[in-house]
Amino acid sequence: MMTDLLATPLLGELSPGLVLILGAVLVPFLPGVLRKVYLLALPLVAFLQLLSLEHGLMGAMPLMGLELTTVRIDRLSLIFGYIFLLAAFLNTIYALHIRDWVQEASALVYAGSAIGAVFAGDLVTLFLFWEGTAISSVFLIWASRTPAAMAAGQRYLIVQIGSGVLLLAGTMVHYGQTGSIAFDSFDYQTTAGLLILLSFGIKCAFPFLHNWLQDAYPEATVTGTVMLSAFTTKLAIYALARGYAGTEVLVPIGAAMTAFPIFYAVIENDLRRVLAYSLNNQLGFMVVGIGIGTDLAIAGAAAHAFCHILYKALLFMSMGAVLLRTGTAKGSELGGLFRTMPWTATFCAVGAASISAFPLFSGFVSKSLIISAALKGEYFVTWMILLFASAGVFHHSGIKIPFFAFFAHDSGMRPKEAPKNMLVAMGITSALCIGIGVLPGLLYSILPYDVTYHSYTVEHVVTQLQLLIFSALAFTVLMRTGLYPPELKSTNLDSDWFWRRPVAKAAWGTLTGVLAGWAALGQRGLSASARIAKGLYSQHGPTGTLARTRPTGSMAIWMAVLLLMFLVTSFF
Amino acid sequence: MPTDRTPEPPEVPMKDADEQPTWFDKKKNVNLICFVLYGVSALLLLIDPFVHKHGPFAIEHWWGFYGIYGFVGCVFLVLAAKELRKMVMRREDYYDD
Repeated sequence: MMTDLLATPLLGELSPGLVLILGAVLVPFLPGVLRKVYLLALPLVAFLQLLSLEHGLMGAMPLMGLELTTVRIDRLSLIFGYIFLLAAFLNTIYALHIRDWVQEASALVYAGSAIGAVFAGDLVTLFLFWEGTAISSVFLIWASRTPAAMAAGQRYLIVQIGSGVLLLAGTMVHYGQTGSIAFDSFDYQTTAGLLILLSFGIKCAFPFLHNWLQDAYPEATVTGTVMLSAFTTKLAIYALARGYAGTEVLVPIGAAMTAFPIFYAVIENDLRRVLAYSLNNQLGFMVVGIGIGTDLAIAGAAAHAFCHILYKALLFMSMGAVLLRTGTAKGSELGGLFRTMPWTATFCAVGAASISAFPLFSGFVSKSLIISAALKGEYFVTWMILLFASAGVFHHSGIKIPFFAFFAHDSGMRPKEAPKNMLVAMGITSALCIGIGVLPGLLYSILPYDVTYHSYTVEHVVTQLQLLIFSALAFTVLMRTGLYPPELKSTNLDSDWFWRRPVAKAAWGTLTGVLAGWAALGQRGLSASARIAKGLYSQHGPTGTLARTRPTGSMAIWMAVLLLMFLVTSFF
Repeated sequence: MPTDRTPEPPEVPMKDADEQPTWFDKKKNVNLICFVLYGVSALLLLIDPFVHKHGPFAIEHWWGFYGIYGFVGCVFLVLAAKELRKMVMRREDYYDD
């Protein structure tokens, strides 16, 4: 065993996440090929460090009078640690053609923060890494360097920092009431428990807290979206599994998450946004598993997170390759690309089959754990919704994505096949999706609980095939009868409308109104307010400097930089 | 560091006039795929009574439940999404101004 070779910890009790974060510091200074080798080697070093650590609590560190536990190794944290490191490694291969140290370094800090958060043994460590993921990941969105990405990144950062603020508030209340900062299970019926649940819920894209995901992910760079799809939301899944396993209220919340995004996915034109909606739907399955809370259900949620990271990354990789080669990911402008991008099309099909949970692909062996747990627990309505969502996910992710990109009507575009490094990354990810599907034993052996589960019974295979083939039949019938809604250039309003339109207007209206009101009193001492209002309006009003969709020089970026510095320095 | 510079879209080669149609371009092949799908669907319904199901819910034991539910569910999904479009669809640059 590898662990025997490394009888002593490789790098002391250093969190594997910090290996990546501290490693990122060198990235800007390394030239060409050396930097690429270094980027590929870091996740491997972190992995060796992880293997060299024993189960248990370690990495104690004093901070402002508190005793932090920066590393907790157990079966629940390990499976998430493994998959996060694997995702970081695969994405590094996928991004090898990039020459942009901002993206390369922030991707490392982002992955490292997510891994650090997974191994956090207390709430303060969790909070620091939680904010680390928020601040580092926004650079992957901003790196698109489009006005839309600038604005979406800023909204994303506000939401993510908001989630961190709730987590911090919950931590303080919890500490005040119990005197403990341990990150174990919480009761959502207490103030602290509710605050922390809300914090996790935002990052996990609970209904009505979800829209930052569909808003921001499709605006990130080709490689950035792949990276984003792996970490933030699955970190939230881990945190929920750790803190709220068996919390019944999560069952209906998760069920709603599986169902409502798929309606949007059907009518969405941007195929990367379709994937963001289906990501939301897949999270729902995991949340249901956590809510049910039995060993089988929690193991299922962890297994599904593991498989999901791989096939969702694969789908985003294939759509990223299409975006790179054609300049668009819109269904209305694509079609017929299988002629010149056959490998990308094939890998996309593997991802599609995996997310749809076709037998012999990874989704089948993980999702069935959750559905079986719902069946065993006799959650009838939930089970019906999960089946509907399973059929629906095949419909929009399994068929719509490959069909409109690579087949459908011929766009006339004959782009080059994806770059070699992208094909290698997609190839390895595809092999893993099929490997897990064919031989689920290895995945089952690293689950947080021992489960004896047989995916490949005649009953499971036939009923799943019935569900999927008839879903395909419905697609075919609707396409051939012309009932299927065409891909149209459009924006679909979602819950973000409330804070992008009325709330934004009301906020500016109130602010300028209050200041202008003071000024209107006509008192000399208050005339300064008028100048402030005018000044604010010129900066923040609809035509103002800060209302431009460019955050450079604005608060958010400085707040981000300061928090990041605080985070990094706090470990010394 | 971030700027508002929008990257140039790549030059995409377009179809040549003398390009040969592929297997998927022929109508009869597309029809073949569809007929295979219809055949497999029918087969899956026919073998349903021979598959023993263990679940606690009566509905699961109805003949062809999974297939029929999948089909009806997806048709509902698409038709409902079309209605949703009437409510939420706006022009592409809705948030730009």
